[in-house]
Amino acid sequence: MLEQLPLYQQAILTLAAMVLFTSFALLAQSRVVSIIHIFAWQGLLVAVTTALVAYDSGKHDLYLSAIMTIALKALFIPWLLHRLVKRLGIDREEHGAEHPATVLMIGAGLVIFCYYVAQPIEQLSASVTRNTIAISMAVVLLGMLMLVSRSKAVAQVVGFMSLENGLFFAAVAATHGMPMAVELGVAFDVLVAAVIFGVFFFHIRDSIESLDVDQLNRLSEQDE
Amino acid sequence: MNDWLLALIELILFVALAPLFSAWVKRVKCWLQNRRAPALLQPYRDLRRLFAKQVLLSHNASPVFRATPYIIAGATLLAAAVVPFISVNLPTAAIADVIVLAGFFALARFFLALAGMDVGTAFGGMGSSREMTISALAEPAMLMAVFTLAMVAHSTNLSTVIDQLLAQGLVLRPSLLFALLSLVLVGIAETGRIPIDNPATHLELTMIHEAMILEYSGRHLALIEWAAQLKLLIYGVLIVNIFFPWGIATSGSPGALAIASGVVFVKLLVLGVLLAVGETVLAKMRLFRVPAFLVLALTLALIGLLSHIILEVG
Repeated sequence: MLEQLPLYQQAILTLAAMVLFTSFALLAQSRVVSIIHIFAWQGLLVAVTTALVAYDSGKHDLYLSAIMTIALKALFIPWLLHRLVKRLGIDREEHGAEHPATVLMIGAGLVIFCYYVAQPIEQLSASVTRNTIAISMAVVLLGMLMLVSRSKAVAQVVGFMSLENGLFFAAVAATHGMPMAVELGVAFDVLVAAVIFGVFFFHIRDSIESLDVDQLNRLSEQDE
Repeated sequence: MNDWLLALIELILFVALAPLFSAWVKRVKCWLQNRRAPALLQPYRDLRRLFAKQVLLSHNASPVFRATPYIIAGATLLAAAVVPFISVNLPTAAIADVIVLAGFFALARFFLALAGMDVGTAFGGMGSSREMTISALAEPAMLMAVFTLAMVAHSTNLSTVIDQLLAQGLVLRPSLLFALLSLVLVGIAETGRIPIDNPATHLELTMIHEAMILEYSGRHLALIEWAAQLKLLIYGVLIVNIFFPWGIATSGSPGALAIASGVVFVKLLVLGVLLAVGETVLAKMRLFRVPAFLVLALTLALIGLLSHIILEVG
């Protein structure tokens, strides 16, 4: 039960719930700059949770993961995206979903789904973070939902990055982190992905004069 | 018998302090905006003036219009009796639980909306329609937050909930954190504060609550305004006493009661400052933005409920 746990373990669970909340906030938010800020907060929350899990489990390499997460996902990638958005001149635009309330309700459904899916897994584990497996799965699925519900490229990229946050969080919650080599590889991948996405933004805009990737579905440039 | 007397005294104190709380929020707001604040007793003077004035009724006002102020004041008074103010375990708390509390508010709102449409002015109908839109969205969020509380404390009775939370001591609960945020948003919407409605304006296009009571005068208006102030205080007391219950009196001894009244007074002062800061920082939002605001409240409450089930039970 929750009240018998020490305070830092309660904090792990509370932070996990706040990570879930940032995922919902990403789904609901439509202003580009706010989306990037929320993404940075999510990275910070994931990093703090990782550090607390490191303290709880005594695995010191997790501290390194936490520092890496702060550097990459809370500072560097948001900064990069922010700069790109400024250079593209879309920092005041709204890139929202078409039906935000419906998307939020679907998101709530996904969380319940994750809870049912993760329940058997949770019974195999005795660690304090076993309950956050469902949360991390939900963060992954909510990232996917953000990918499919947005039509603008920048919001989709943030959705993808938040999906990766969920994967990292799942690794921390389920097995106290991946091996260091894998983690470094993934971090490097994400970094490269962010840079390549940045280049792609300009390419997409140059070829279709918009960042609305739905327009890529059309074969001709004339409107029907 | 003693308990009933205590409950009665607390209720009288509750009702008497409601205008003072509104005045305090207004005063802090004035300080923040570099204006000269009205005296803290100003709402009482306004009420006395309104009670002394003659009631003017429109020719086509029905009995519903005349009965509404008393129904609103009565329902809000009953709601205030249910909420533990200074001490828990009062006999009044056993009368009704928090769902009935939501029902009292709904009853008052229903009659206010009817009265708004009764006389047939355009503004009244507009205000009623807006009020019902907002409340239809706010009520699910409030009930969801209440269910989260009920699941944490295994009771819907407010007194029992507070007892349970006190007994657990300081526990960091994600569910309560989200329930608190949700209840704050719902409280702002239901009491008609910025950013949903501006209580200080009679600007035609933006008003909600004021639009419904434009036709009221004299003691009718005084009762409705007093009930509105009381509703604000009820939400304030709910928030400070459920989520920060430390200091509330669990026994009827005079010492505990004195400490508890001091503590609840300080907590409400702090809450008033926070409310005033919020109202100064935020701008009133467009009416069509309000659903998004309340969907956020509903989502917060839903995350609270889910995080209780996922994180706290297993």
